[in-house]
Amino acid sequence: MPPAIETRALRKVYPAPPLRRRGTGGVPMTPLSSAPTPAPAGSKEILALDGLDLEVPPGEFFGLLGPNGAGKTTTIGVLTTRVRPTSGTAAVAGIDVRANPVGVKQHIGVVPQRPNPDRQLTVIQNLLFHAAYFGISRAAAQPRAQALLDQLGLGDRGESKVDQLSGGQQQRLMIARALIHEPEILFLDEPTVGLDPQARLSLWEILRSLHGEGRTIIMTTHYMEEADRLCDRLAIVDHGKLLALDTPAGLRARAPGGTMIEVTLDGEAGPVLPALLSLPALTRTSAKGAEVVAYAERVGEAIPLMLRAAEQAGRLPLDIRLTPPSLETLFVSLTGRKLD
Amino acid sequence: MNPSPWKVFGALCRRDVHVVARELPFFLLRTTLQPIMFTIVFGYLLPKMGFVQRGYAGALLPGVLGISLAFASVQAVALPMVADFGWTKEIEDRLLAPVPISVIAVEKVLAGTVQGMIAALFVLPVARLIMGPIDGLDFAHFGLVVGMTLLGAFAFSAFGLLLGTAIKGEQIGLMFGLIVAPMIFFGCAYYPWKALAVVPVVQVLVLVNPLVYVSEGMRGVLTPALPHMNLAVVAGALVVISTIFMALGLRTFDRRAVS
Repeated sequence: MPPAIETRALRKVYPAPPLRRRGTGGVPMTPLSSAPTPAPAGSKEILALDGLDLEVPPGEFFGLLGPNGAGKTTTIGVLTTRVRPTSGTAAVAGIDVRANPVGVKQHIGVVPQRPNPDRQLTVIQNLLFHAAYFGISRAAAQPRAQALLDQLGLGDRGESKVDQLSGGQQQRLMIARALIHEPEILFLDEPTVGLDPQARLSLWEILRSLHGEGRTIIMTTHYMEEADRLCDRLAIVDHGKLLALDTPAGLRARAPGGTMIEVTLDGEAGPVLPALLSLPALTRTSAKGAEVVAYAERVGEAIPLMLRAAEQAGRLPLDIRLTPPSLETLFVSLTGRKLD
Repeated sequence: MNPSPWKVFGALCRRDVHVVARELPFFLLRTTLQPIMFTIVFGYLLPKMGFVQRGYAGALLPGVLGISLAFASVQAVALPMVADFGWTKEIEDRLLAPVPISVIAVEKVLAGTVQGMIAALFVLPVARLIMGPIDGLDFAHFGLVVGMTLLGAFAFSAFGLLLGTAIKGEQIGLMFGLIVAPMIFFGCAYYPWKALAVVPVVQVLVLVNPLVYVSEGMRGVLTPALPHMNLAVVAGALVVISTIFMALGLRTFDRRAVS
């Protein structure tokens, strides 16, 4: 059986940066909060994917973790045939996305970042027509559509207009739609963005049970907890490159030793840095703006030393945050920036 | 394995029939109100006041039908497409269908063609009612009427595909102001092309306007006794125009669908 997903040296360069934001979702990927990937000097191109290699075996729950603009949505776009790679190869269920996009579409279901139901149709019609686009007769699709709506807690909303559904319900309708033609591989692009905590938890349950049925799930997220709890394996990507790939436990084990200590000062942290660098209790100490970041095995010992150093440099601490070794600290150490 | 493209095409059609049938009254109101009001003023009020000759109705009716069918076709395709690719992204569920995406574009154009023909069919009796008896109106060649309507609606549907995928949402107003309005006024809808001989430069310049061929074609099949462009020329021009718009439209559709 071929891998569910395989990419080799996948690159995507968008010709020119979009002039403005195209909303939070969709293709092409639009860098939002983060700075756009630096492109070769003198050009206006955006390098969205920079030689990405991934391989996902069938049946895996695979997570793509990275900040906005990391290339997650572009990766999903290429694998779902909606983005043309600039170079490299990508295959889904052993089928090359460029050579045979029609064949690929037969194997995949896609849940978009922002629900895009057909608002001219009712809830159940959304499913029945989507099934028809895959050549499934109404007679065959009807019971399956109702079963999916039941499973996703929309059983009594079949005749509703789509606009009457809440955001969470619309997101679940998108999942039902992605499953109506029984694809082996399900893609979800930031499925829990914009959902309230309860809707998010219920979506997690749904995803777990879909995975339990043996389906391959490829999900992008920028929520650490979500990635940690749901995924069999995680790829951390940034600037279109793969930074790390392992099980959540394996990644946590690779997190830099010690607890991350972040101290916010009442002024430039630069003058404090020399004193901090000389402290043997701290490792990988750095300063940026009014922030000092360092790692320490024994936090209780390290903090007073840090505060004293700050005081001696004429700075007062305003805030102190501690993060135990986690995906979060690994991510910061790999990318030099935070996820959100 | 993969469903046949025809089967998927049929499903896409069923979806549009379902949606269009429900929206039809609003669609007709939106696309035919302007030509009908024009008919009231120029085909009823002004002749009654004696400002225009009675015979003008014979030149006006085919032109009004041409406008109705052309702009119903353009709007039927372009407006939903601008929204689909611009912000609702609703078309994405169809772009995931296991068929070449050109199938989806072609289906949209055919659905627009049918809607344009329906608009023309709706305006014809209404306009006839408003204008009263029209000298020279002749339904002897009904097959030709249907054929010409089909050609014209298809050409403008294909134009709608190009516009709907080439322009951005915020440019819709600009599109109507800069493209549609001049097209209507210089489309030989309100006067026969032959009559433009009084200003030869204009008579030549308007030949780039696709609406000219639709208006003249409608004249040729509805009021064959009145002056009109040769029908073979009209048909040839509409086929060429359709081919160009379709080729360009499929390309821009593909660019919007796959980045």
